[in-house]
Amino acid sequence: MSQTDMAANSQRNPPPFPGSEDQDPLSEMADGDSDEGEDIFVGNRNPVAARTESFQPNTANGEEPADLFSEEDSGPAARSSNSPPGYKSSGVHSDDDSDLFAEASMELAGGGPSTAAKPSEAEAGPSPTTRKSTTQPMSMEQLEEDEVKDNFELDVAVTNPEKIGDGMNAYMAYKVSTVTTLPMFRNRTFSVWRRFSDFLGLYEKLSLKHSLNGCIIPPPPEKSVVGMTKVKVGKEDSSSADFVERRRAALERYLQRVVSHPSLLQDPDVREFLERDELPRAVSTQALSGAGFLKMINKASDAVNKMTIKINESDTWFDDKLQEVESEELQLRKLHTVVESLVNHRKELCGNTAVFAKSIAMLGTSEDNTALSRALSQLAEVEDKMEALHQAQAASDFFIFAELLADYIRLLGAVRGCFEQRMKAWQRWQESQSTLQKKREAEAKLLWANKPDKLQQAKEEITEWEGKVTQYERDFDRISVTVRKEVLRFEKEKSKDFKSQLVKYLESFLQSQQRLIKFWEAFLPEAKAIA
Amino acid sequence: FLSYLLFGHGINVDLQTDATLQVDISDALSERDKVKFTVHTKSTLPNFKQNEFSVVRQHEEFIWLHDSFVENEEYAGYIIPPAPPRPDFDASREKLQKLGEGEGSMTKEEFTKMKQELEAEYLAIFKKTVAMHEVFLCRVAAHPVLRKDLNFHVFLEYNQDLSVRGKNKREKMEDFFKNVVKSADGVLVAGVKDVDDFFEHEKTFLLEYHNRVKDASAKSDRMIRSHKSAADDINRIASTLYTLGTQDSTDVCKYWTKLFPLFSKLSKIEARVAADEDLKLADLLKYYLRESQAAKDLLYRRGRALVDYENANKALDKARAKNKDVLQAETSQQVCCQKFEKISESAKQELIDFKTRRVAAFRKNLVELAELELKHAKGNLQLLQSCLGVLKGDT
Repeated sequence: MSQTDMAANSQRNPPPFPGSEDQDPLSEMADGDSDEGEDIFVGNRNPVAARTESFQPNTANGEEPADLFSEEDSGPAARSSNSPPGYKSSGVHSDDDSDLFAEASMELAGGGPSTAAKPSEAEAGPSPTTRKSTTQPMSMEQLEEDEVKDNFELDVAVTNPEKIGDGMNAYMAYKVSTVTTLPMFRNRTFSVWRRFSDFLGLYEKLSLKHSLNGCIIPPPPEKSVVGMTKVKVGKEDSSSADFVERRRAALERYLQRVVSHPSLLQDPDVREFLERDELPRAVSTQALSGAGFLKMINKASDAVNKMTIKINESDTWFDDKLQEVESEELQLRKLHTVVESLVNHRKELCGNTAVFAKSIAMLGTSEDNTALSRALSQLAEVEDKMEALHQAQAASDFFIFAELLADYIRLLGAVRGCFEQRMKAWQRWQESQSTLQKKREAEAKLLWANKPDKLQQAKEEITEWEGKVTQYERDFDRISVTVRKEVLRFEKEKSKDFKSQLVKYLESFLQSQQRLIKFWEAFLPEAKAIA
Repeated sequence: FLSYLLFGHGINVDLQTDATLQVDISDALSERDKVKFTVHTKSTLPNFKQNEFSVVRQHEEFIWLHDSFVENEEYAGYIIPPAPPRPDFDASREKLQKLGEGEGSMTKEEFTKMKQELEAEYLAIFKKTVAMHEVFLCRVAAHPVLRKDLNFHVFLEYNQDLSVRGKNKREKMEDFFKNVVKSADGVLVAGVKDVDDFFEHEKTFLLEYHNRVKDASAKSDRMIRSHKSAADDINRIASTLYTLGTQDSTDVCKYWTKLFPLFSKLSKIEARVAADEDLKLADLLKYYLRESQAAKDLLYRRGRALVDYENANKALDKARAKNKDVLQAETSQQVCCQKFEKISESAKQELIDFKTRRVAAFRKNLVELAELELKHAKGNLQLLQSCLGVLKGDT
């Protein structure tokens, strides 16, 4: 009880999809996991609290920059108590542990498929062997008692885009910096240089490994031949700068989503990506870009849809959810188109305002009434400032709002992908059942035809297929559980992400209006002074 | 309600309304391809049959009146109030027509909403054209000399059609050539350096000023168009948010439903900002573009008269030298001299008045522009603050 309750109280939610400053990718992982293997999670708060105290110095070290803490409110008491069961990052038991955790927190969401035995283990208290084996002291942040912070264990940033090389062979390198307290990494803070194809390579590896389980793999940003070519040939204009910044921000969000996914973080490929100095070139991405890969998945899913296979199940949750996802994706696409139109018009407005400002300045110089002349040049200055405002607002429209929508349109595609995986698993199961049936019929025929030699083989085949049927059924159940859990986690993250981005967007709009007011308030007396 | 537009419009601030002659457009009707203005006059002048009366006039009759002033030699020394631009509803009508054609492809709500917007646009253009025509009449009525013009009185009082047909093709060609000759001439005349400092300065000033106002007017139009487009986009965002709010059943839904009213109101404010900029800035610039042209025309006429005067002087000298037709040359020279001096005298005052009017109009409009921008920005601010409060408070 305690476990999940505590977890609930402490809002050890799966980390939000950070798109904002409050990157707290691994809130769930936080915690004072203790060293000695004693089970401190048994529901006995005090020892944990004591441990919490001892971990505080970490924060004092100021290792984690302030912005890693989100504003989420978790009650102090709850916070000091918890460490989600078995949260370990030893990497050895990684998958299991993160599943444990994730499932436990899923309970909070109220949709958790707590059918598996694991959560109950977690709740039960006696430490499963897995937990005992983690021995490293986690010098990790514990939620502060009196501060509203979320836990995180790893923060990643993508910065400093640099052009390497010249001409058509040039490429952009990005600095990937990680700050972490997870013991599975060699250092606490480290950076590596990565290029775009490395990110795509990571996505492919993760997809290959995890999508079959029904995981939602965050998709990377798309390749762009035009954008990249401009950068390669050295076109130093604002559109290339915009392109690079857009890509950098998208890559950062991509990585943040990957590391905030409990299963994916444990993947050695992710660790290698973050840590290893030289990464082997991901060659296949040249032919198969991230977008191409996504397209393949989409095509496959379309093919599946066309076969109009419906899973016969009494629980309509999956069907309903898929429809919801599809409808939302459609609407987000529409919204994205309009927001892009707004961005373009604002950019146009920006340009036209600048031109107008110059024109008014010229008019001011030819005006022979001194006061009016001065007022006109002041007006020209105000319009110049408005141009800057429009520019900033267009950037905000784009980088905050439009990109948020674009990200989620891609993510919803990935969600659909995992529903498709479940569909495929179901198909496999159904097909195996029908094969088994055929084998049984064949056996019956053989019995009747009295061919003992073939009979043995037939019996062997039946056993084989019986095994497969059981296996596929279990696979299907497992993937269903994963999909449900993933979707619920996704929705929570989506809700948080949207809220924080929309708030950010409105705040930028608000700031621009405040500045606008200042400009015109300064101008008004000048206008009144005309005589 | 239409006459408030004149003063609300603020293009000309100091048009005295004195009781002896008050003119306004009390009504207007937009028909298929023309607009009918009801010109209403109140006067205590003895030459009118009644003290208060109205007639219906169309755009071509305004143009006829304007042209009659321009062609009248007596008025050569005055800035002739610029003619109102032709009412142009073509663009608006086209949009309404397209809307009608596309009716089947959109929902009833979308259709009604768009129809309302286009009708509002039509109405705005209509109000503007009425205001422009009214300003013209009021300028004439306020001018000490022009207000006494016979054609003007006929225009105001004669309650039948003035039968001023639009110019036919030949007349339009004549006009075209006249303009070509005038501009060529204008260049010649402009080249003549004026002895009088005041006029020399005015000439240089007006030439440059006119060009810059033209430029500023064009650029302000472009800027305001982009602004309107952005406002439209915000409106479309609001509509999509509405759909998302009603269709989406996930958690994010509550954000959409909170944002929809915000964006809806924001778009209205943005549209108002663009409209106010149009009224206070673009219209102001357009008007002074036309007035500065009228002022240039005045200078041209004076320049022409000066050249004629100088030529007459030369002819007189020649006649005296040859001692032939001296009297004729003397009379001719005197006529030219008088004409030139008369124009110069009134031109000076006209140009000074022009400056005063211009400065006052700019002041009024720039102050109002700033005040409106502030009002709207504060409105936006309030909306954003309250929405943010709601969004943030909600967990």
